[in-house]
Formats: sequence, structure tokens, C-alpha cells
Amino acid sequence: MSAARFRPGERVRVLRRYPLGHIRTPYYIRGHTGVIERVCGEFGNPEELAQMRSGEPKQPLYRVRFLQREVWPDYRGAPQDVVEVEIFQHWLEKS
Amino acid sequence: MKEEAGSYRPLSYFQLMEVSLRELLVEKGIVSEAEVQATVEDMRSRGPERGARVVAHAWSDAAFKARLLADGTRACEELGLDVPALRLVVVENTPAVHNVIVCTLCSCYPRMLLGIPPDWYKSRNYRSRVVREPRTVLAEFGLQVPAGVELRVHDSTADMRYMVLPMRPAGTERWGEQQLASIVTRDCMIGVAVPGVR
Repeated sequence: MSAARFRPGERVRVLRRYPLGHIRTPYYIRGHTGVIERVCGEFGNPEELAQMRSGEPKQPLYRVRFLQREVWPDYRGAPQDVVEVEIFQHWLEKS
Repeated sequence: MKEEAGSYRPLSYFQLMEVSLRELLVEKGIVSEAEVQATVEDMRSRGPERGARVVAHAWSDAAFKARLLADGTRACEELGLDVPALRLVVVENTPAVHNVIVCTLCSCYPRMLLGIPPDWYKSRNYRSRVVREPRTVLAEFGLQVPAGVELRVHDSTADMRYMVLPMRPAGTERWGEQQLASIVTRDCMIGVAVPGVR
């Protein structure tokens, strides 16, 4: 398993990568910066599990909060609106 | 060739895979037809009643509500609701925050509490739009979220499952849990509606 590198409140950026395979990081959030809302625990890496492998090492999973107006430049809702996405640690870097 | 209703269509790739796998499992004695049937019936019979019971209890018991928000899975187990292989995150609506749930990648849904998801929840239309223009989508459901309220969209992309804890409506102060549960609809727990008193 990998230790959790980020704490709630920390700013993180989602990696802008486009690997093939079973990826649980939605396209729309790649490259965007948000704030760790909570650490969800450690879970088998879905990219490995989808290949019938063990999913080890388990990856810390986070809920990351993003401002909608930063994710969608033409967002027409309220400025305080957010979207929260579950993202595995190997998809995050410190911002 | 005609069937009794509608026209004949060959099985799709995934339907064929399902039938083949099921027949093999039965043939090898791993499961029986009766067990498969019983599980399908069980899944089909599930509705949102379990979720509504959880909400009504949280409205009636502040300490339970605090435990539910801290650890949804454990709090449901307290009520005798088994939520296997699932980490439940309960998100609370308040006068300042409205929550709505989606799974943009597929159709993750807290089935053990809410039953089978509605077709619109699995549609591309809902999944792609509620994350991008949530206020417009909610308005189409008849729900206007005031501009001063923070709208929080929760995309269940991995191992968590989400349920919205709606606000208890005014006028229900004297209600018991059963009556409270009767106004908590599936849509309220997804976040595309709010409970009301007629």
C-alpha cells in the first residue's frame, strides 16, 4: 500500500494524462486544480484490477472539490458552485 | 420470425455473454437456476424504502444523524441495513448547500438503499449535463436552487456511493418516523427533488 500524501484542505492538481485502459479519472477534470475534501481510505487500483491483476499496491482515494467556474470557463451557475470527484493518489500532484 | 409482442431481435453481444456465463455456472453446479432467479427477484423488489428509513431516523435523532454523516456505512449497520462492499457517504442539504449525485463514468448508485436506479440516472443526457449545467438540469426536474445556495455535484467515480440527506420540511415537527419516511422519495435522495408537505 502507499501512504496518503495529501491532507484535507491541501490544493492538488489532477494529472493531464491520457493513458489507455480502465481509468476512473474523468476526462473533464484532468489538468484542473482543487482542494482535498477528505481521504476516503485505500482501495485496489482499478487500472490494475481491470487487467485481472491484484490491484496492489492499494492507492489512497480522495474526494477533491473543484470550483465549477474553474472547470467550465462558460459555467453559468453561481460562482460558489462546486463539483466533487473521487480521485486516486497516483493521479494527483501538489499544486 | 415474430414473437408474441414486437419483432424478433437477435441477442446483443452482452446478452449472449450473460446467457452463456449463467448457463455454464449452472451446468458446473456453481449456482442453481433457482438461486439466480431469487437474486434477480430480490434486486427487482428493492425500492428506495431503506434509504427513506435512514433519512427519517436521521431527522428524528440528532446523534444518529451525526454518526451517519461521519460514517454512512457504519450508521446503516446500526439500523440493521447491510451495505456490503460499499462505502456510503451521506451528504447533507442545508439552507446554504444543495447536493446532487451523479456517476459520469457509468451508473454507480447506492442500490442497497435506493434500489434499481431510474433510467434517466443512467442516461448520457443526465450524466453529461448535470455535471456541466446542474442548475439547468435541476430546473428541468422542477427544482429551482436559489442563486445564493452553493450547488454541490458529487461524481461517484470510484469506490464511494452517495446519498443525499434532504432538509426536513417545516410542518413535520410532530411526525413519527414512518410518516416522515413517506415523504422521502428516491429523487430527494439523489438530489433532483426536495421533500415537501402537501
